[in-house]
Amino acid sequence: MSWLLRFTKSTIGLKVIMALSGLALFGFVIGHMLGNLQIYLGETTLDHYGESLKSNAGLLWIIRATLLGILTAHVVSSVKLVLRSKAARPQGYKQWKSKVSTYASRTMKMSGPIVLAFLVYHLLHFTVGFDSLGLGDTAVSTTIEHCSHVAAGELDCPVYANVIKGFSAPAIVAFYIFAQLLLGMHLGHGAYSMFRTLGLNNPRYDRLARAFATGVAVVIVVGNCSIPLAVLTGVVGG
Amino acid sequence: MTTLQSNAPTGDIETAWDRHKFDIKVVNPANKRKYTVIVVGTGLAGASAAASLGELGYNVLNFCFQDSARRAHSIAAQGGINAAKNYQGDGDSVYRLFYDTVKGGDFRSREENVYRLAQVSVNIIDQAVAQGVPFAREYGGLLANRSFGGALVSRTFYAAGQTGQQLLLGAYQALARQVHDGKVKLYTRTEMLDVVVHDGHARGIITRNLVTGKVERWAADAVVLATGGYANVFFLSTNAMGCNVTAAWRASKRGAFFANPCYTQIHPTCIPVSGGYQSKLTLMSESLRNDGRVWAPKAEADCWDSDKGRVGRKPTDIPEAERDYFLERRYPTFGNLVPRDVASRAAKHACDEGRGVSYEGRGVYLDFSEAIGRLGRDEVGERYGNLFEMYERITGDSPYETPMRIYPAPHYTMGGLWVDYNLMSNVPGLFVIGEANFSDHGANRLGASALMQGLSDGYFVLPSTIGHYLAKVGVRAKSTDWAEFTEAEEQVRARIDKLLSIKGKRSVDSFHRELGLEMWQHCGMARNKEGLAGLLERIPQIREEFWENVSVPGTSGELNQVLERAGRVADFLEFAECMALDAYTRDESCGGHFREEYQRDDGEAQRDDENFQYVAAWEFTGVGNKPNLHKEALEFRYVKPSQRSYK
Amino acid sequence: MNLTLHVWRQKGPNDSGAFETIQASGISEHMSFLEMLDFVNEKLESDGKQPIVFEHDCREGICGCCGFMINGQPHGGRPRTTVCQLHMREFSDGEELTLEPWRAAAFPVVKDLMVDRNAFDRIIEAGGYVSVRTGSPQDANALPIEKDHASRAFDAATCIGCGACVAACPNAAGMLFTGAKVTHLGLLPQGEPERYTRVVAMTEQHDAEGFGHCTNHGECSAYCPKGISLDVIARMNADLLKAQFKNRD
Repeated sequence: MSWLLRFTKSTIGLKVIMALSGLALFGFVIGHMLGNLQIYLGETTLDHYGESLKSNAGLLWIIRATLLGILTAHVVSSVKLVLRSKAARPQGYKQWKSKVSTYASRTMKMSGPIVLAFLVYHLLHFTVGFDSLGLGDTAVSTTIEHCSHVAAGELDCPVYANVIKGFSAPAIVAFYIFAQLLLGMHLGHGAYSMFRTLGLNNPRYDRLARAFATGVAVVIVVGNCSIPLAVLTGVVGG
Repeated sequence: MTTLQSNAPTGDIETAWDRHKFDIKVVNPANKRKYTVIVVGTGLAGASAAASLGELGYNVLNFCFQDSARRAHSIAAQGGINAAKNYQGDGDSVYRLFYDTVKGGDFRSREENVYRLAQVSVNIIDQAVAQGVPFAREYGGLLANRSFGGALVSRTFYAAGQTGQQLLLGAYQALARQVHDGKVKLYTRTEMLDVVVHDGHARGIITRNLVTGKVERWAADAVVLATGGYANVFFLSTNAMGCNVTAAWRASKRGAFFANPCYTQIHPTCIPVSGGYQSKLTLMSESLRNDGRVWAPKAEADCWDSDKGRVGRKPTDIPEAERDYFLERRYPTFGNLVPRDVASRAAKHACDEGRGVSYEGRGVYLDFSEAIGRLGRDEVGERYGNLFEMYERITGDSPYETPMRIYPAPHYTMGGLWVDYNLMSNVPGLFVIGEANFSDHGANRLGASALMQGLSDGYFVLPSTIGHYLAKVGVRAKSTDWAEFTEAEEQVRARIDKLLSIKGKRSVDSFHRELGLEMWQHCGMARNKEGLAGLLERIPQIREEFWENVSVPGTSGELNQVLERAGRVADFLEFAECMALDAYTRDESCGGHFREEYQRDDGEAQRDDENFQYVAAWEFTGVGNKPNLHKEALEFRYVKPSQRSYK
Repeated sequence: MNLTLHVWRQKGPNDSGAFETIQASGISEHMSFLEMLDFVNEKLESDGKQPIVFEHDCREGICGCCGFMINGQPHGGRPRTTVCQLHMREFSDGEELTLEPWRAAAFPVVKDLMVDRNAFDRIIEAGGYVSVRTGSPQDANALPIEKDHASRAFDAATCIGCGACVAACPNAAGMLFTGAKVTHLGLLPQGEPERYTRVVAMTEQHDAEGFGHCTNHGECSAYCPKGISLDVIARMNADLLKAQFKNRD
């Protein structure tokens, strides 16, 4: 397996790890969004969805551990690459002008850590029930202990109510929307870049790949932002 | 004066090279690693030779003054490379390529060398394709050819307008492979400053590391010079800024004869000079003359006015009747497609009459308006779009809107160090290949033949013939402690110190520019006895002032570009005299050497086969002293000399 | 016209270097950028001062010697133009220009605007060739090559090795250069036998030289004076991935 080790140490190998882990995380973000969009189908549907996720604690933790592993691979690779990039140009330019690179591509190493920080906050805010930013008394806990047991093996999770409470303060909503915009940028360049890193691009479909990446990113931003906005404006739970 | 022997095989020319390869000695494979060969230069000839010698098992030390082996000026060749493949089935053959080359060289080349060149040409294409050189192809996947430089057959292989680049990168990659395998040691940014001759044989070189300034000695069993041509003696030429005569000239000062230095090629379609600061000239492909029409205004008022610094009427405002399409007028049959030397001289002639249309009256129009009218703008763009873009980038004018301005410029030098059939100079162990030798092009080179010769010498000829020499002399002791090394190193150091100690008032370039202008005026496209006599007096004066008044700032122990240039200009100032003397002595016109006194009634070159059918090889006898002339008689057993006519 | 140049001056690799302001006066708009520097240098030389060191040779955009940053753009940023082909008419009187060398750990500064690009040579030496002995090949037309492949190989092969891609890349990656050679040889049947060992060897050398990684910004391609496509990098990535399933040492 020394060849694999050699490959994963190379810059392209690290990029492939970034691409594959990014693809998995990308899938998670889409799944997460689709799940949450069930809020528009009413309280019962969303609560049932939450309950079904929590019903198998073992599986839940396996999924969580896998996601954490993938996330770690993504973050560790990116840190290695960023350090490498810094070492590759120890002395910067007095002047440097971009010609074609996008704001999104140039800010990946900033948008990444911010999205990661947001992720931590989001877990604290919506899972642990701890609002470390003090943006309003909105923290809700969705840990399993907070779901009431209706009957043996059955859960009753107040997911819907938690979301309404979670997004009750405008500052929180603003922060979420800001984070989603960054996430969108990150995913937009990330998805496009993934095609190229894995060598899946074809000159003929290059524009299509970029359009696809941008399109999906926009859908994620719109979908995810719609929920706090709908709550804040009273469209949902009003 | 002695008579030089070519050592070419006698008898049937078609089997000469094969017989020769059998007759010469071959080095035992196990012994090859005991020999060290120095190759100076990494252009087509140098890189291909170094790579091939490395493959054969010799230890090769390869030097270039550029930062990488890939930068050599072979890279700038645009048009293509000839080969007698007859892939087009249009009647080409080795014999035809041989015939065309001897005739194109105006009967001043050695038949046996040219025949071998034509023979080997087919192997070059095989070799290059196998290396991955991306030649142009037809839809069927086979190699494409075009006709070039007025040849009657399509035998030119090309890779867009970058054939030289692609072939050089092929050779460079072959070289890189040998460097990787440790058979070739490559020393970049290292300039050769002397050849060391020990016991009558070339046994090493002295170099200067251009970054640290360190002067070093290198010993070997043979020395190969692949150091290019000397067109920069004119200061303004299409050569790269770094091209120089130093290696060849220093070898000449160590006893190697310099052959036919007056044979220089002037390319008709270059972008004219635009000001006194100009550093080099840019070639525009010869193919432009296929559709462009060359003309000059009839009225003096429409030509360049030095006082105003511009022309009279804009070319587009000059009516048809007031234009002189001088090539079409003078050469009704070939028109704008006459050979390079004829077209160049006609343009010069028009400008000398005061009808030039560019800076200082040096330039004529090359007009595409008729072609655009006939073919449409799109078709013209399809054919010449890249060249038009390049022209516009440099001059700011669009050839679609206004005629191009062109003027001839020095481009290639057929002369070089004298070599025999084995490519060895008269100094045993000193081999000279590529543009640096004099051998295959006679007095004029045909288009797409320079790449062919460089690669022929490097890949196929030298690797065989050098083995003959090495096997003959056997493995000998080598040492950089020999007295000759010490002496040569001291001389190199003394020269560097002298240049730095002058601390004069004039820049190196100002001397180079002055020399170049004198050479261009009196030893350029057209020469005459009187002008050359004056030039022979003028050169020593410039040289004298150079050594009294040149300014070379900095020190020798650092990267010092001015010092590098100063050394090269100093050598040009010595070499120029030899070149002018050769032109002065050759009382005839042939190929690129046009002596105004020797022309036919119609203004064409008049050869004198009775008195000048020989190679003039000059032996250095001291700076400022008249060199000794040695002659190699030329015999034409196959292609009988005739006069060219393009009427 | 008159210009103010802010030029990076550095005596050698170990010198820290600094910007120096030099006035360039009496410049003609017909000069090429390098002729403008020649003009400035000739004056410096006549005054016994050290001229500005920059690399140059062919001055027709093909040798790849020249190149530095002008106001933050490699080669000055004009499309498909090396600095030797850039002309002063592109600038206006009184303009201030900042000239900096390529900046990358793999391209140490030799002096002023001149850098050492031998890292590129070592990448080629690692495998950027077809292992063919002189004299051994078959007839050139024995192996037809699809025209489209031949043209794409040619496009990739037009790289001049100037280093603008590294200079332009925010990560100082040498991927466009490496990818161009991998693509050129990988597209041709002659290069096929060594295709996968080559890509491994060349990318490993690329990394060993200290170049950064590719993040698909596209600046390299946009500033490439020969317009080498970013696709060569994707192709190299794909070849390297495939190589993982082919090479088992």
